[in-house]
Amino acid sequence: MDLFLQQLTNGLAVGSIYALIALGYTMVYGVLKLINFAHGDLFAIGAYLGLTLLTTFGLSQYLGPMGVVIVLAVMVMGLVAVVGAVLERVAYRPLRQAHRLSAVVSAMGASIFFQNALMLVYGARYKVYPHDILPKNAVSIMGFEIPLVRLLVLLTSVLMMVALYLFIQKTRIGTAIRAAAIDQRAAKLMGINVDRVIMIVFLIGPALGGVAGLMVGLYYGQINFTMGWMYGLKAFTAAILGGIGNIPGAMVGGLLLGVIEAMGAAYISIAWKDAITFMVLIAILIVRPTGLLGERVADKV
Amino acid sequence: MGCDGVMLQVENIHVRYGRVEALHGVTLEVREGEIVTLLGANGAGKSTTLNAICGIFKTTEGAIRFRGDNIHTLPAHEIVTRGVAQVPEGRRVFGTLSVRENLNLGAYTCNDNARNQSNLQRVYALFPRLAERAGQLAGTLSGGEQQMLAIGRALMANPKILLLDEPSLGLAPLLVKAIFDTIREINRSGLTVVLVEQNARAALKLAHRGYVMEVGRIVLEDTADQLLANPDVQKAYLGGVR
Ligand SMILES: Nc1ncnc2c1ncn2[C@@H]1O[C@H](COP(=O)(O)OP(=O)(O)OP(=O)(O)O)[C@@H](O)[C@H]1O
Ligand SMILES: [Mg+2]
Repeated sequence: MDLFLQQLTNGLAVGSIYALIALGYTMVYGVLKLINFAHGDLFAIGAYLGLTLLTTFGLSQYLGPMGVVIVLAVMVMGLVAVVGAVLERVAYRPLRQAHRLSAVVSAMGASIFFQNALMLVYGARYKVYPHDILPKNAVSIMGFEIPLVRLLVLLTSVLMMVALYLFIQKTRIGTAIRAAAIDQRAAKLMGINVDRVIMIVFLIGPALGGVAGLMVGLYYGQINFTMGWMYGLKAFTAAILGGIGNIPGAMVGGLLLGVIEAMGAAYISIAWKDAITFMVLIAILIVRPTGLLGERVADKV
Repeated sequence: MGCDGVMLQVENIHVRYGRVEALHGVTLEVREGEIVTLLGANGAGKSTTLNAICGIFKTTEGAIRFRGDNIHTLPAHEIVTRGVAQVPEGRRVFGTLSVRENLNLGAYTCNDNARNQSNLQRVYALFPRLAERAGQLAGTLSGGEQQMLAIGRALMANPKILLLDEPSLGLAPLLVKAIFDTIREINRSGLTVVLVEQNARAALKLAHRGYVMEVGRIVLEDTADQLLANPDVQKAYLGGVR
């Protein structure tokens, strides 16, 4: 029972990180029908920026653990959002009228560029987050011990997802984003500046991806310049699982994939952890290509 | 405002889709308060003309002036702000959004809450069905209801001119009549209308003037009564003499 609960909460924490990344894929796909292959690398940039900010400013001298996490999260989100918006401007906007394949190639190029930039700046070896930012203790809930970090990760992600959901559902700009995702031309006829909507999506998606990178750094303690690839693929799977283009779908897909993976690692074999992801991906594509909550993908990618 | 009440001037515009030119110099004008209809066979370029006016497709030559200002250089969303609204071909309502959200999107460019509220009441008065279905997803509406929603949504923008692209397409005759009556009513309340129609007879009975398009050009321009009486028009668009 304890193993089950540990794996469940672990799966939810990791899954909430997948969900944050998946939101970036799904939102960009929603408005541009483009898989932003550089998104995983934006996530990695978030992890590295988090590390830099943490070590240069020594935030933990002044703030409590929750304070450190909040300040770091805000800064990382802001910075990665800017990188995302620049990426859209430089790599995607000039290709807006071109064949879709051009944008895909451009996305892959951007991905390679970011990975190599990270390697050049930070080196190719694993980097370690300071151990002393977050207390190592566990919180006891109904006689059951959960590491504090795990709760923090889960809480922060869920808060962010709720905020995003409300923003998309309730605000004028959120409605404009949904409208542009459904029909760009009709959105233009409503007076919506679709280029601006796309820019906003490229601020929000990367911000969430970046903060996910920070959380991986905090949760696992070590990061690597290629981490964007594996996490990107898993989050992409989560987005497909939930139904790409569908925002609640990405949240559900992420959490579900995290739990499936954790359970697989515990009850099947840890060596199968990553393979499980791909089996899930292949299984959905065969059984339900629309994902759990989503629209068709087969003819779009 | 342009001289002698001309609201919209389309002057010798050319539009191309990639290598193919779809409009080869279209010229037309719409005066304030008019209903002008644009007739033509499938593929003549009627929708292209409306979309060029709205800035969806860019002109490669020529000019479009709205109330004296060039608008062919503006992005689509700014043209809406100027007071040009389109009910697009095929309605293009946002199917997975509610009726109410669709109407709110129509008012996207207007920040005046009081005015939006009164426009909403006006739209609901025009189409009571929309009020009943406010919370329903637009995609679940019937074809006729979707057309009402598309028109209501365009009216929410508080336009000075309304461009309608085949609003009767696919509707039962009774509904077609209702839609045409509504267009007349909207026009009487002061809105200038451009109406693209396959249903040429009904359109000409409603309109003040009309243009006939053939493969990317205007080939005929006259008052609606003259066009109805024109033997060529009767033969080509009104299904023979009557
Ligand atoms: N997106 C597009 N890409 C390429 N060609 C197009 C496109 N849209 C229209 N065309 C072509 O431009 C010409 C004019 O089309 P348009 O849609 O304006 O005609 P229409 O008069 O509205 O016809 P209909 O009565 O069928 O709606 C046609 O030859 C059409 O094939
Ligand atoms: Mg047409």
